[in-house]
Amino acid sequence: MAGVQVSNVSRSFGAHKALDDVSIDFADGGFYALLGPSGSGKTTLLRQIAGFDFPDSGRIAIGGESVERVPVEKRRIGMVFQNYALFPNMSVADNVAFGLSVRGEAKAVIATEVQRALDLVQLGKLGGRRPHQLSGGQRQRVALARAIVTKPRVLLLDEPLGALDKALRVDMQIELKRIQREIRITTIFVTHDQEEALTMSDRIGILRDGRLVQEGPPEEIYDRPKSEFAATFLGDANIFRGDSTGSGIRLADGTAIAAGAGATLTAGAKASCAVRPERIRIATDVGASESNANMLRGQVSKRIFAGNNSTYFVERAGQTLKVIVQNTGIERLAEGQDVVLCWSPESTVLIAG
Amino acid sequence: MATTRILEWLGRLYIWLLLAFLYLPIIIMALMSFNVSPFYQLPFEWTTEWYASLWQNDQLIAATWNSVEIAVITTIICTVLGSAASLALYRNEFRGKKFLQALLFPPIAIPWLITGTAMLIFFFGVGIGRGLHAILLGHVALALPYVIVVVSARLQTFAPELEEAARSLGANQWQVTQRVTLPWIMPGVIAGGLFAFAVSFDQFVVSYFLATPGQTTLPVEIYAAIRKGFTPEINAVSTIIIVVSMALMLLTARFFKFGGEK
Repeated sequence: MAGVQVSNVSRSFGAHKALDDVSIDFADGGFYALLGPSGSGKTTLLRQIAGFDFPDSGRIAIGGESVERVPVEKRRIGMVFQNYALFPNMSVADNVAFGLSVRGEAKAVIATEVQRALDLVQLGKLGGRRPHQLSGGQRQRVALARAIVTKPRVLLLDEPLGALDKALRVDMQIELKRIQREIRITTIFVTHDQEEALTMSDRIGILRDGRLVQEGPPEEIYDRPKSEFAATFLGDANIFRGDSTGSGIRLADGTAIAAGAGATLTAGAKASCAVRPERIRIATDVGASESNANMLRGQVSKRIFAGNNSTYFVERAGQTLKVIVQNTGIERLAEGQDVVLCWSPESTVLIAG
Repeated sequence: MATTRILEWLGRLYIWLLLAFLYLPIIIMALMSFNVSPFYQLPFEWTTEWYASLWQNDQLIAATWNSVEIAVITTIICTVLGSAASLALYRNEFRGKKFLQALLFPPIAIPWLITGTAMLIFFFGVGIGRGLHAILLGHVALALPYVIVVVSARLQTFAPELEEAARSLGANQWQVTQRVTLPWIMPGVIAGGLFAFAVSFDQFVVSYFLATPGQTTLPVEIYAAIRKGFTPEINAVSTIIIVVSMALMLLTARFFKFGGEK
């Protein structure tokens, strides 16, 4: 088991910069998600760490040892592919045994280890099956067992749950997390699903156009996004744009919005504020709100009922704001109604423009 | 209802006509190899005389063995070289790759008569000359593109992640090829090998040009025998070959399903 350090790694394919000076420290035993839209470089980064491809410049270390020019078969990593990549000509047990077998382990050792790995993923009785006789979730588990049976230094997962349906995906998320805790292996996990990244990982790295946009624990990125992209890609956010007042921004129509978190900016600079939809209170009149709260008036243009909560779309000065309200059964606002929106400065993140 | 039945009936008739067209000449030839009359005269009288006299015909037997030997060696060389070439074309990107792949098709399309003439002139020019070694060389050159085309087609259905997965588990290039890639392309290799065997064993034109008197292959020998005067021994040897090759085909089809997973 080992940590992974990626330092100043760049990789271009022709004129396209797939990775641009990316540095991340993956701590030993951590569960790390690389999150980004398609084409953001997350899979390229994973392939550099795996050793399928080498960086043009920069350093990659696994357990403190430089590996950026070491081919994949010598890196002692475990990898789970998006389409599982199980060997169709082998049984489940032979698939799992493959890594130990090419290493020349004794037959008895292989049999024990394979059974232990299959038990770990709860497929202990299916060793004799062929991959095509398994369901998607079972194939996923076989791929995982095959990747960890060799006791790799890191586990790399390339959108491993992408091919599963929603219910199965949630099961596998819990399962994957349990196994990762049990064997305490450094895990790097590529996904474009923000919910998956939030629920599973200890830390998230957000990539965009080959660059690392922000990196940190899920709560930190969610509560303190450093860019509009991070704010809107991880979760939902209302973005206000204007000029910095030092402690917030002033919108074009003169309205001031106070921000209690985020960047420190000099007054006058272009800036924006991000507010999560569930942090905004919506009401028909001003009522008893705190004196320092941000306040805007608007009109409900649409309401989407989703059972435990409702999303209100509120029109205000040409901007549509999103507010999510838990369904407490007390009050429901109609479309076309004039409303007041309130939220505290602590829920407002100042972002450099 | 009635039309469907008629169509069904017509379909069956078509199949039987097709099979008759394919197999009737062969069946008649096989029957005649057991007929007493050398001139296809009826009534049919059973004999194994022609098989017995075939056994005495050293020239025909020698030519048969030459053919088998050349076809087997051609098959081995072509499956090994052809599979290796297909893998190389699959795995590597290099300048002129498309051109090189396109060059594989003309030898299949060029009439063997022309290829044979060209080989004869070329082999004569560079001192290879004629004989069994020249025939073998010619057959390998003819059969190789078939193997590459068939194995490459099979490789198109191979998922490259499988090789990546094997490598990530610590397998070196040889282990990846032997344990993951080869098992997948094996039906293609077998089919390519059968093609190579057929191209060589059936080969008349090129063999005819490159054979020397006394050292020749079965098709050339049969042709020479027919020109001297037909004997039912030819029917006998042909029947044996048909039985053996059909048995081989059925065996192969039994063990390998062509064109994909079961």
